[in-house]
Parts: sequence; structure tokens; C-alpha cells
Amino acid sequence: MMYILLFDFAFILQKMGLIGVIFLITLTIAAYSTYGERKIAAFLQDRIGPDRAGPFGLLQPVADGVKMFMKEDFIPANANKGLFILAPGIFMFVACMTSAVIPWGTTLTLFGANIDLQVTDINIGILYIMGFVSLGVYGIMIGGWASNNKYSLYGAIRASSQMISYELAMGLSLIAIVMMTGTLSLRTMAEQQSGFQWNVLYQPLGFLIFFICALAECNRAPFDMAECETELIGGYHTEYGSMKLGFFLFAEYINMFVSCAVISTVFFGGYNFPGLDPSWLGGLMGPIVLFSKIFFFIFVFMWIRWTLPRFRYDQLMHLGWKGLIPLAIVNMLLTGAITLWLGK
Amino acid sequence: MQLTNRSKLVVNKQMTFWERIYLPAILKGMATTLKHMIRLTFGKSNTLRYPEVTKEFAPVYRGWHVLKRDAQGRENCTACGLCAVACPAEAITMVAEERQKGEEHLYREEKYAAVYEINMLRCIFCGLCEEACPKEAIFLTDRIVPSDYVRQDFVFGKDMLVEKMDQRIDITVRQMQVKERVAAKVAQ
Repeated sequence: MMYILLFDFAFILQKMGLIGVIFLITLTIAAYSTYGERKIAAFLQDRIGPDRAGPFGLLQPVADGVKMFMKEDFIPANANKGLFILAPGIFMFVACMTSAVIPWGTTLTLFGANIDLQVTDINIGILYIMGFVSLGVYGIMIGGWASNNKYSLYGAIRASSQMISYELAMGLSLIAIVMMTGTLSLRTMAEQQSGFQWNVLYQPLGFLIFFICALAECNRAPFDMAECETELIGGYHTEYGSMKLGFFLFAEYINMFVSCAVISTVFFGGYNFPGLDPSWLGGLMGPIVLFSKIFFFIFVFMWIRWTLPRFRYDQLMHLGWKGLIPLAIVNMLLTGAITLWLGK
Repeated sequence: MQLTNRSKLVVNKQMTFWERIYLPAILKGMATTLKHMIRLTFGKSNTLRYPEVTKEFAPVYRGWHVLKRDAQGRENCTACGLCAVACPAEAITMVAEERQKGEEHLYREEKYAAVYEINMLRCIFCGLCEEACPKEAIFLTDRIVPSDYVRQDFVFGKDMLVEKMDQRIDITVRQMQVKERVAAKVAQ
């Protein structure tokens, strides 16, 4: 009895530490994504970007954070107060939850203990992520509804219908992957792609569909229908200010980070890279490889945002329902047929 | 009748398959932006880091006026009023006063401007006042008129216009330009 209690305590401490570290890394990356976004935008547009706060403007996220906290925390007169406060919380919570099932590496050897670099290896990992991503709509929807503002409501409705339509294609493209790998666990998927057996080589179309849908799920340009600075003056967060707005913006960057992590894990081999064993450096090689991939995809996300103009709303729906969903179904059927034929 | 060659025939043609799936066009656009990024990363930026570096003004820039003093520090202005007459915006007003005994070190001529005001909100910085001045007393400089909150504060008196002895303003280039301009007008 005593033994079991002791074992559990160490296990819980380990997991708590891992969660804390991942939480910290996620927040830091989200904060510095804002800096990276502005820098990359500037460079793509022949500008310099923020360079006043600290060397190369590296303290800009800190300055922005301080600014957000110092601003007046304003709630509109006719807003639904409870929901208005709840919405950014939901959005942030959901964004942070998704990173729980991502395998950051194999095992880390630290002070003689082996630490699994994954918060929890549930056998329905990818389903868990899909579930939480679709919960994210609630944050936006409630935020837009509670603001009692027509632009916010427009933004919220657009966001929810967009996310629902693109989730279908996203799920269908993932089903092809699941049929191919025969598992829903992200850990098993990452292990299967050791070396250079990356899923993207077998599922290029699935990757393309998933990538486009991930852009839409993150509400990023060219699918930033929910925000639409030009038409909806900020969409669902028009009425938000201070740190509540900060939470919304922050959660979007966390979403981007997590979706890049999912893309890297599901399609690009996770912590595997040909010639680099993820167990090197006491297990640190895996996370290094994975984070390099994640940063690359974050860059691509930003690169796309600052290149393409926004889709018109009917074009967006047209692409989702008449373009991506049939394509994903064809991809799924082909994958099923080939898997059957090869008798795997 | 065709007036210019700029008009374009509008054709409502169907998009081809490659145009309809957007991807080639998207990749082309991304290549363009990446080219800009690489050029900025390894090349030189066109950005001028403003507070540290300021752009040089054009030699013909016309800004904040100065009322000159001569080498002995006496005010050149004799309050003849020709600048006020020349001013198309009627921005200049002045009150003339006779020089008293013992003030010879302050004013060059027997008459001087006790009050000299330019309304900077009316002024159009055309430079006709410096052309009209027979005493080379007023010149436009390359200093920017500072911003302010109240309209009344834009009426600059002698305290803002007459040059200080410890911060003399070099107008030799300006002087030559004004002379050339006047000469050109006389020749016409």
C-alpha cells in the first residue's frame, strides 16, 4: 500500500512538472509568435518591424503584455456580463488543453529518472484534439454573442460556420491517416514514422487538405473571416479590451502553435528526422527536432497570412463544401481501397 | 473613338483548372513575398531610423521664418511693411517705432518693428516676404514649425522670430537663392 502511494506521488510530481514546463513553453512561444508575426510581416513587406524595446525589439511582447494589463477593463452596458467574462477564459482554456496529448519526444533521462515526454498517451489522442478544437468555437461564439454588438455577432456566426464546415474536411483527411496507420494514438503514429517514413509521403493530398483546414480552424488569413479588420472591425472581439482581448489574441497564437505541432506529428514524423536519433542528448534531440518543425510551420502560417488576401465569404464556403470535402472523401476512399488491396 | 490606349477589353472567360484550384497562383505569390524577405535580410533596408537619423532637407525647403540681425547684432528690420504687403495670405502684421537715443546697438536703422507677428496658421510659406524685403531682414529657414494645442500660440511674435545672438542661423545659401529668384523676376 505504502509502495503504491509513493510511486503515485513521484508519477504525479513528474507529470505536474511536465505540464508546467509545456504550459510555460506554450505561453512563451505564443508571446514570441506575436513578435515573430510582426517581424516576419515587416520583412515580407520591406519594412523593419518592432526594434525599439530591447535589442532587435526582443522585449516587445513584454511591453505589449504590460500595455494589455494597464488598459481599462471595459464591459459594454448591455453586454451579458457573465458570458462576456467567461468567453476569453473558455477560449484560452481550450487552446491550452490541446497540447496534452502531443508526444514531444521519446523519453528524457533527467537525474537518473526516465521521463515520458508526453503528458498523457491516451489511445484516442487525435480524436481528443479534434474534440477540443471544436470546443474552441464556443469561446468565439459566446464572446460574440455576449458583446451585444452586430459586428461581433457577425464575426462569431462566420467563425462558427467556418469552423464547422472545415472541421468536416479536416476529420475526413484524418480518417485516411487513421486507416493507413491503424491507430488514433499520436505516440504510436510518431513511432511508426521513424526515420523518413513520414505520412506526408503517402498522404500528400491528405496533408494539403489538413493544412488548409488548420489555417481555417486557427482563423488565420486567408480565412480570417471571424476577425476581418476591414469589414467587421475585429469581429467577435470588437468590444473586448484590456487583458480579455489579450487572452483572445494569445489563445489564437496558442492554437496556431498546437496545430503546427499536430501537423508536424501526424504528417511530418513528429520527433523523427533521418540521421538524428530522438534519444540523443539524453532524449533532448526529439524535442529539438519537433520544435524545429513546429517553428518552420509557424513561419509558413505567417508567410501565407502576409501573402494572401482574405477569401470572400461565399468563396470560403464554396471551397470548403464543394472543394475540400469531396476531395477528402475521394482521398479517404482511395486510401481504403489501397489498404484493402495491399492487405495490411 | 479611342482616346487613349489604356482601355482594356473585358472578357468574362472561365478560369482554367489550374487557376481554379488557386495553388499555382498562391505559390507564385509566396515566392514573391519570400524574395522580398530575402532581399531585406541580406541587403539594405530603405527605412530611415528617424529619431537617430534625419533626412536631409531639400535646399529649397521653406519653413519657420527668421528675422536676421547684422554682424554687430542689430536687427535688420526697419518695419517698412513691404513683406506684409507682399504676403498673399496676409499673415504678417507689425507696429513700427522710432529708434531712441542709446538704442543704436539694438536696431540698425532709425525705425524698427516694435511688434512683428506672423500667424503660422495663415502663412503658406511661399517665400514672397523674403523676396520683398529690401533689408535682407526676413528669411525662411529649414526649421519645422513646432506643433501646438492652441490657435493663439501659432501667432509668432519677435521672441520666436528674431534670431538669438548665441544661436545664429546661417542663411547664406538661402540669401543666394533669393537673390537669384529676384533677379529672374526682374529679368522677366
